[in-house]
Amino acid sequence: MAVCIAVIAKENYPLYIRSVPIQNELKFHYTVHTSLDVVEEKISAVGKAMADQRELYLGLLYPTEDYKVYGCVTNSKVKFVIVADSSNTSLRDNEIRSMFRKLHNSFTDVMCNPFYNPGDTIQSKAFDSMVSAMMVQAS
Amino acid sequence: MESLTLTDVEQKYYSDLFVYCDTDNTKKVASNGKVLDLFRAAQLPSEVVLQITELCGATRLGHFGRSQFYIALKLIAVAQSGLPLRVESLNSVKDLPLPRFVVAKNEQEARHTAMYPDLENQGPYQGVIPRPPGRGQVKKVSAHEVIQPCVPTVEPQPDTTSPVVSPHQSPPTSPHAWRKHKRQASGGNVERPPVVVAGAVWTPFREVQSGPVVVGDGMWSAHSPPPVQESWVSLKDTYPPSSSKMPPMHLSPVQVENSSIRTVASITTANEIQRQSSSGYDDPWKITDEQRQYYINQFKTIQPDLNGFIPGSAAKEFFTKSKLPILELSHIWELSDFDKDGALTLDEFCAAFHLVVARKNGYDLPEKLPESLMPKLIDLDDSAEVPDQAPDVGYSGSPVEVTPNKSPMPSLNQTWPDLNQGNEQWETFSERSSSSQTLTQFDSNIAPADPDTAIVHPVPIRMTPSKIHMQEMELKRTGSDHTHPTSPLMAKPPELSEETKLATSMKILMFFTKGDGYSSSDSYTSDQDPITSVVTRQRSNSGTSPEGLKVAAAPPPPPPRPNASHSRSSSLDMNRNFAAHPTGPQQSGVVACPPAIPPRPLPTQTSGPHSGHRSDEGLAAHSTTSPQQIPEQPNFADFSQFQAFAASDQPSDDGEKHPESLPVRAGPLRTVKIDNQEERAAATVNSAKGSIMAPPPKPVRRRLKSEDELQDEALPPKSNVIATVLATLPSIPRSVGKDKKAIQASIRRNKETNTVLARLNSELQQQLKDLLEERISLEVQLEQLRPFSHL
Repeated sequence: MAVCIAVIAKENYPLYIRSVPIQNELKFHYTVHTSLDVVEEKISAVGKAMADQRELYLGLLYPTEDYKVYGCVTNSKVKFVIVADSSNTSLRDNEIRSMFRKLHNSFTDVMCNPFYNPGDTIQSKAFDSMVSAMMVQAS
Repeated sequence: MESLTLTDVEQKYYSDLFVYCDTDNTKKVASNGKVLDLFRAAQLPSEVVLQITELCGATRLGHFGRSQFYIALKLIAVAQSGLPLRVESLNSVKDLPLPRFVVAKNEQEARHTAMYPDLENQGPYQGVIPRPPGRGQVKKVSAHEVIQPCVPTVEPQPDTTSPVVSPHQSPPTSPHAWRKHKRQASGGNVERPPVVVAGAVWTPFREVQSGPVVVGDGMWSAHSPPPVQESWVSLKDTYPPSSSKMPPMHLSPVQVENSSIRTVASITTANEIQRQSSSGYDDPWKITDEQRQYYINQFKTIQPDLNGFIPGSAAKEFFTKSKLPILELSHIWELSDFDKDGALTLDEFCAAFHLVVARKNGYDLPEKLPESLMPKLIDLDDSAEVPDQAPDVGYSGSPVEVTPNKSPMPSLNQTWPDLNQGNEQWETFSERSSSSQTLTQFDSNIAPADPDTAIVHPVPIRMTPSKIHMQEMELKRTGSDHTHPTSPLMAKPPELSEETKLATSMKILMFFTKGDGYSSSDSYTSDQDPITSVVTRQRSNSGTSPEGLKVAAAPPPPPPRPNASHSRSSSLDMNRNFAAHPTGPQQSGVVACPPAIPPRPLPTQTSGPHSGHRSDEGLAAHSTTSPQQIPEQPNFADFSQFQAFAASDQPSDDGEKHPESLPVRAGPLRTVKIDNQEERAAATVNSAKGSIMAPPPKPVRRRLKSEDELQDEALPPKSNVIATVLATLPSIPRSVGKDKKAIQASIRRNKETNTVLARLNSELQQQLKDLLEERISLEVQLEQLRPFSHL
């Protein structure tokens, strides 16, 4: 399912990027970077009603020939991007949502750690393990 | 026994030994078998052992308590050092080496090799920290390399402690390693005793080593080497993480001789682990009591409240002092913050501290929190027995003052009281609710003191005296209604069925008349409601009565009739009168007056309609019906109670009723009389004799019949008129039994009859005049004819 998972900070720099096929990492990085534009566009679309109507789960950002990119944003403008392989079974929306939920929870756990400075790259093993679990599913 | 002062080292050592001997896990008594084995392992002559046991008081007690055990150990040390066994030597001998015990063969299988590194040589920690096994990666290289650099003395002997010290294993594998390994009394493997000076422990072993080496060797060489070898190698072999299988055992022979001398310290630690493992899980991560106490003290410096929290920032500062890399601290935090709340409870703090200690000592952090470190109940088991020897922590700096910023998350032992309290609260709440229910029940109990009122729907009534009375009447009536169930009604269904139509018609009329009688709308509602209630009661009581009529009758309020004088003044009495009347269909006789005295023509007229409106015959049967009337009257009354009530009311109200009822009664009677008179008048007119008033009815009737030819045409219409008037009369008075309405109805009737009769009178007068004129003319003619006859 997920071939690449990325956590992007508010300032649009990555806190965490991890992809399963190591060889194509750069490509995924590029994909994630471009998806940020879409995310920005989506979250700025609901400019007037801030945070009221804005859906945290952004859904499919854009599909390409090989994969689909899903996005989710938190209230603190931290963005989660999941790149899912299209060739696999078409993931239901619920599954993507649950993945984002897990990501979010793990992220909050990381945040709770006093030794973690917001803005640092996420080096939590728990987070890593969680992400690996999500990505191992894919491959 | 005399008090025993032990150094820290001894204390720890002895406690470990005791733990080892405490196979029953009693923590109080060392099993005799173990103790004796231990003493045997001390390489002392048996008589010395006996002496020791006597001295320590075990023989006196029969068992080895902790104090006895300690004394015995001390004595063993004394004995092993060659000093004479004296009680006073316990405390007098300074710098006594620790007693050493030689492991017997049969204990090898039961023991795990102690792989404690040289804790005292490491780090600033001087607490009694059990050395979890192994640190860093497994190395198959000779143990020498892994040896702590601060144990150079061991180096020359490539065997002595290095094999013991070396096999640092990664913590995840350590449990398995521990479990699988055979405990060997490793020489010089003093991991347990808290050491103040680096290598201090080693020296006694050194000394010891040199001493009984020969003895030990002899012993060891006999049976110990192979397993020792195995154990040693097994430790090494378990370096790779695949520790689940029993590693092959082989031992370098170099280690044999030094392994011969093993202090029981390793045994004790191994035994402790063994004990832990025997409990089901080989747990090197278990926090000992001393450690826990130490942690708790540290916790207190940050957070005085043991049940409180240490917020993340304070914990961060505290643990940063340990100079571990942030990443590792972060990892430790992730492991220890069990509930992921950003704060540390006491248990979490202890776990984190323990992990920090372990990490400082070179142990890899586990991937997930070990079971023993999981937050659990704060249970200090042996803390009382083991004095708090925890030295100060190596952290420098003042502790951070922290105030808990949130309510303490309940640990296991706290959740239950909270839950219980919550339960109590819930219980109390439920009790309260039930009490409120009882309150409501109580309230409901207040209302139906009179069961009748409970059934009656609430009647909005403006309280005026009349209405109060009406309500009283209502209550009484309802009471009487219900006290006397529908049996009378049930007994008279045929009558009801016969007279339902009449009753309904009467009721309708009664409603209307009653409505007429009231001037104010209030009275209407008040009257109406009793009526409706009466109707409803009737509905409930008599199912046979057509409800449609009742329904039709009940809702429309009759137009007010200006009868102020009667409505108000008479309302009291008439209400009572009407109230006295039963709710069932009532006959005309009951209407205007107590059922005892119905007006005469009414029953005649009622019987008239009964018989098919034979008014003439009704008149003729006046006398006949009248006697029938009287016995019928009780039938008309629905409830004898009401008759009784009415009868009871009668004496009180007769005085009032009579002047009213009399005119009412008199009305119909008068009308009857008037009718009779008019009939007689008609008869006399017919007779042409002119006597109007005198003749009795019968002769009048005869005359009517006899002399009716001339004016039959005139009279029958008049008589018919009269008859119709009289016929209407009975129909009207047949009422539900309201005095007011009856009176008013009768009044109206009387007026009508008066008008009718007045008209009739005028006509008859006119006829009289005509007749007189004819008579005069006839007499004139007669006189004119008479002179001719007389001529």
